[in-house]
Amino acid sequence: MIAGWLQGIGHWVFNRFSRVGRGSLFLLQCLLSLSYMVKRPLLLVRQLYYVGVQTLLIILVAGLFVGMVLALQAYIVLVDFGAEESISLMVSLSILRELGPVFTGLLFAGRAGSALTAEIGLMKSTEQLSGMEMMAVNPMKYIIAPRFLAGFISVPLLTAIFMAVAIFGGFVVATEMLGLYEGVYWSQMQAKVDFYEDLMNGMIKSLVFGFVVVWIAVFEGYDCVPTSEGLGQATTRTVVHGSLAVLGLDFILTALMFSV
Amino acid sequence: MSTRNIEIMVGGFVVLAILSMVMLSLKVSNLASYGGDDDVYQIQAQFENIGGLKERSPVNAGGVRVGKVADISYNNEQFTAVVTMQIEAAYRFPVDTSASILTAGLLGEQYVGLDPGGDEEYLSQGGELELTQSALILEQVIGQFLFSKAQEE
Amino acid sequence: MLRKIDISTELSDVIIKIRGLSFSRGERKIFDNIDMDIERGKVTAIMGPSGTGKTTLLKLIGGQLKPDSGTIHVDGENVHQLSQSALYDLRQRTMGMLFQSGALLTDLTVFENVAFPLREHTSLPESAIHHLVLLKLEVVGLRGARYLMPAELSGGMARRVALARAIALDPEMIMFDEPFTGQDPISMGVLVKLIHDMNHALGMTSVVVSHDVDETASISDYIYVLSQGRVVEHGTPGNIKDSDSTWVQQFMGGLADGPVPFHFTARPLMEDMLEDGLRKKGARR
Repeated sequence: MIAGWLQGIGHWVFNRFSRVGRGSLFLLQCLLSLSYMVKRPLLLVRQLYYVGVQTLLIILVAGLFVGMVLALQAYIVLVDFGAEESISLMVSLSILRELGPVFTGLLFAGRAGSALTAEIGLMKSTEQLSGMEMMAVNPMKYIIAPRFLAGFISVPLLTAIFMAVAIFGGFVVATEMLGLYEGVYWSQMQAKVDFYEDLMNGMIKSLVFGFVVVWIAVFEGYDCVPTSEGLGQATTRTVVHGSLAVLGLDFILTALMFSV
Repeated sequence: MSTRNIEIMVGGFVVLAILSMVMLSLKVSNLASYGGDDDVYQIQAQFENIGGLKERSPVNAGGVRVGKVADISYNNEQFTAVVTMQIEAAYRFPVDTSASILTAGLLGEQYVGLDPGGDEEYLSQGGELELTQSALILEQVIGQFLFSKAQEE
Repeated sequence: MLRKIDISTELSDVIIKIRGLSFSRGERKIFDNIDMDIERGKVTAIMGPSGTGKTTLLKLIGGQLKPDSGTIHVDGENVHQLSQSALYDLRQRTMGMLFQSGALLTDLTVFENVAFPLREHTSLPESAIHHLVLLKLEVVGLRGARYLMPAELSGGMARRVALARAIALDPEMIMFDEPFTGQDPISMGVLVKLIHDMNHALGMTSVVVSHDVDETASISDYIYVLSQGRVVEHGTPGNIKDSDSTWVQQFMGGLADGPVPFHFTARPLMEDMLEDGLRKKGARR
């Protein structure tokens, strides 16, 4: 009985390995197919719209609220020390270093990632991908690679917008609600926030997150079981694995970048 | 969605992102202060204790920022901390200027404060400040206080 | 379309040569050492019960799947030894495929779907493509529907558009995957007519995979009957009707009972009835 149980675990482990292997080979193929878009830039532009522009709304709203909440919470803590002038510093450092890239990554996985998986999975189920192959058009080049590149480009762009909006949200709360002087808000930040250490590191994080999330999303769609149930599972996996990947990588990157 | 509209929206998206980056770089981070590297000169000062001074900490004179700390190292022969400062070329200080490590506000970070002397000769690249005042270490101050208290009795 | 001419295969009649093909999915053996010859310019039917892997056979021929052993030669080329670009080239040149669901690209109009292979594989100017698309749509009778979206088409119409797309590049053969399944009589009649006409008028080799015996037999020049991974019978429709095998007779005649039994294996009826009665009387478990 234990033997059966061990066998089950063994199977599961091998399945996992085989998935990772398939995913890696998939990634390689996808990267090699990117050059196709030089001939047909319109494919990329269309995908940038569906993947990037359509995620913009949720990023703007989320960014605004996160920035505002952060400012409030920072104030509540700092006012006891008489250090409420540092509110902008707390908001900006949190946003630039952590919350900007992570929130954007999570929101992207949920909104755009799941949409990509569903779309590609549906194309697989209705044999559109197969059909394309038989028409001698490589679905990797025509369908997958443009979506991958669009995701990779969009995430850093969205992160930058998130960061800006959040800091602005913090500004509004700090000056309107909490009575901080405008000049103080900006000058505190300008003195202490470092372009390379804080902003660039945050953007590097967003590049990594974008790469991983869109890879997972596109792969899950391509690899899904072509039934309605399989598609649902694949979409769920994209959101869950994508989110976990963002959080896990965030820890690793933070440890590497901001270590003492 | 017609192609033209899509192109316009994507263009808008990219422009918005670039503007955000620019705003973040200039208004939020200290990118603006990175410029002007050609117009600085370096001077050194040795301290017994630099306290919490870090690289890129400000160097102020009369409360105005005139430069920043470029490098901190330890002189193992004289057993002092060597602070290399980058001063903007627009500001000149006499060779007998003194440097102290001060704290901004109560919880604030530490910075180097320059107190100009009266000499006619000015510091140039590679110059060294003779007069320095180390950072106030809280434990030492308390220790001194207790010691002097004990002495009174 | 310009194609390179390979003298040996142009003169030969056989466009698809399958030898010793074996293919398994997991534990199940789908094909066991199969030989087939598909002749140029003829309509060849591949028939058999559902689940015999007929669609899999088309995918093997098209190079989307690799066999465990055996070879498939299409137009003289060994499909599974080709490099990826050579394989794509072979597909473009020789194969048109009509999927069961049509497999149209859902975000393009009918016109754009048919134009798709032309735009991808040729550098013809838009005006030429426009004319070609209209002509292909005319063949299937859907020229007026050219600006509809696939979602607005009925199943039968979608298949006809897919057919127009499949012939866009004038391939040497078309493979039909269950073209008649689930169609109303009129649509079926239309498809039958199209396959027949294209074969006769354009000399296009057709491979029809189906289990609709009557329709398929009516237009085929040659039939292969597959069952459980083997070729059970092959010949002209006339030969097949006179086949020795009772199974083939049952299949072709659509008989309810025969070598494939009507009843799923079970105990005698009386035993089941009695036992159920006992269970009702006895205590609930």
